[in-house]
Amino acid sequence: MTSANPAIIFQNVCKKFENSRTNAVDHVDVTIQEGEFITILGSSGCGKTTLLKMVNRLYEPDEGKILLFGEDISTVDAVKVRRRIGYVIQQVGLFPHMTIGENVAVVPKLLKWKKEKIDARVKELLTLVGLEPEEYENRYPSQLSGGQQQRVGLARALAIDPKIMLLDEPFGAIDAINRLNLQDELLRIHGGLGKTFLFVTHDIHEAFKMGDRVIIMNEGEICQFDTPRHIAAHPANDFVEMLIRSAREQEQIFFDACQ
Amino acid sequence: MLEFAAKHPDKLIDALLEHLEIVLITLIISLLLAAALTVISMKIEPVSRILIQFFSVIYSVPSLALFALLIPVTGLGMKTAIIVLVIYNQYLLLRNFISGLNEVDPAVVEAARGLGMTEMQILMKIRLPLAKRALFAGVHLAAVSTIGIATIAASINAGGLGTLLFDGLRTMNTDKILWGSILSAGLAIVVNGLLGGIEKRIGRVRQ
Repeated sequence: MTSANPAIIFQNVCKKFENSRTNAVDHVDVTIQEGEFITILGSSGCGKTTLLKMVNRLYEPDEGKILLFGEDISTVDAVKVRRRIGYVIQQVGLFPHMTIGENVAVVPKLLKWKKEKIDARVKELLTLVGLEPEEYENRYPSQLSGGQQQRVGLARALAIDPKIMLLDEPFGAIDAINRLNLQDELLRIHGGLGKTFLFVTHDIHEAFKMGDRVIIMNEGEICQFDTPRHIAAHPANDFVEMLIRSAREQEQIFFDACQ
Repeated sequence: MLEFAAKHPDKLIDALLEHLEIVLITLIISLLLAAALTVISMKIEPVSRILIQFFSVIYSVPSLALFALLIPVTGLGMKTAIIVLVIYNQYLLLRNFISGLNEVDPAVVEAARGLGMTEMQILMKIRLPLAKRALFAGVHLAAVSTIGIATIAASINAGGLGTLLFDGLRTMNTDKILWGSILSAGLAIVVNGLLGGIEKRIGRVRQ
């Protein structure tokens, strides 16, 4: 599935926030191939969101470089970089004064697409994320459930067919059953599009289920970057081992409860 | 009292029209200036703090004192009155505009930025429509306050309903005092009611 074409390269990337003594992201070197689904796993404050937001220049690194398809993004206008990248956040952030259809059409409209092309694209995307266009297109975000809103968020991010998608705990605020459905659908969508997904989560099950490879972060550093299978078999350090043990213990609870 | 109105309807109508003229010109200039200052403030954050600080100090100066201060510079008359009223309005408008625009849900703004909107597009397409109500509340406040303070502007020969009041007080003419009070209070109450009604309607955006 992965070609040998790197989509995202982090080169020695560091980021420090003003009021902090330590680096939020500390000397990160990572290469992500085109088409991969990468999850970034870590507890809150580990730097995973900071790492993600540097890819679409919402944050600027203090040191190092980030290359997208070989191009150093610090040399490209931030707005242009963002229009090449889909961005989905936990709070969704749909525009409450616009209908679902208008939300999805925002970027195509900024790019002055023809109306027929926009209409067709909106219908196509809503269908892709499992929302019947006729039923949902003209509703407002407040009339949708949390899970449905995030489907719209996903459709909006996919609108101009970006090659890279950044997802920051997109299902963090969604109940367990809907989350499982959305995870499966996101995998289906990823499988059909050949895009590179970078998906931040603090849920080890989600990270291991979704990721072709998983980046495990702690205190701004990358502890391990490998396939779920390899990480489970060969944890790189005590932190990763503890993480896996905690996940196993959780499973044990259900196992015991079923006895 | 009604006799006075019947005998000199032109006096009342002229004063009212003159008052409306001052208020309208003031509001138009105030809005244009406040809009420009707001756009600059949204682009350069420290500017907003400096401007609000500056206009809040001026706003605290009593209007009669500010009229008097400007007479040597711009002379007596409507022009001076309008300048003072415009400056007063800047505090009311800027404070409401800037806080309204900044109160928009940060997640919505982050999503807009992440999608690749420029800061200007975020302002015009996201912040502005979502802050409509707060913006209009500022306009409402400024309109009512302008109607009130404009009566005092008669003290520097700006004309308007204040002229009736001041004339009445000087000559002890009860009719003029009453009509001046009723018309200026009535105008403020009617405009306040109208704008309040519109504001409530704007409140019904889907959030």
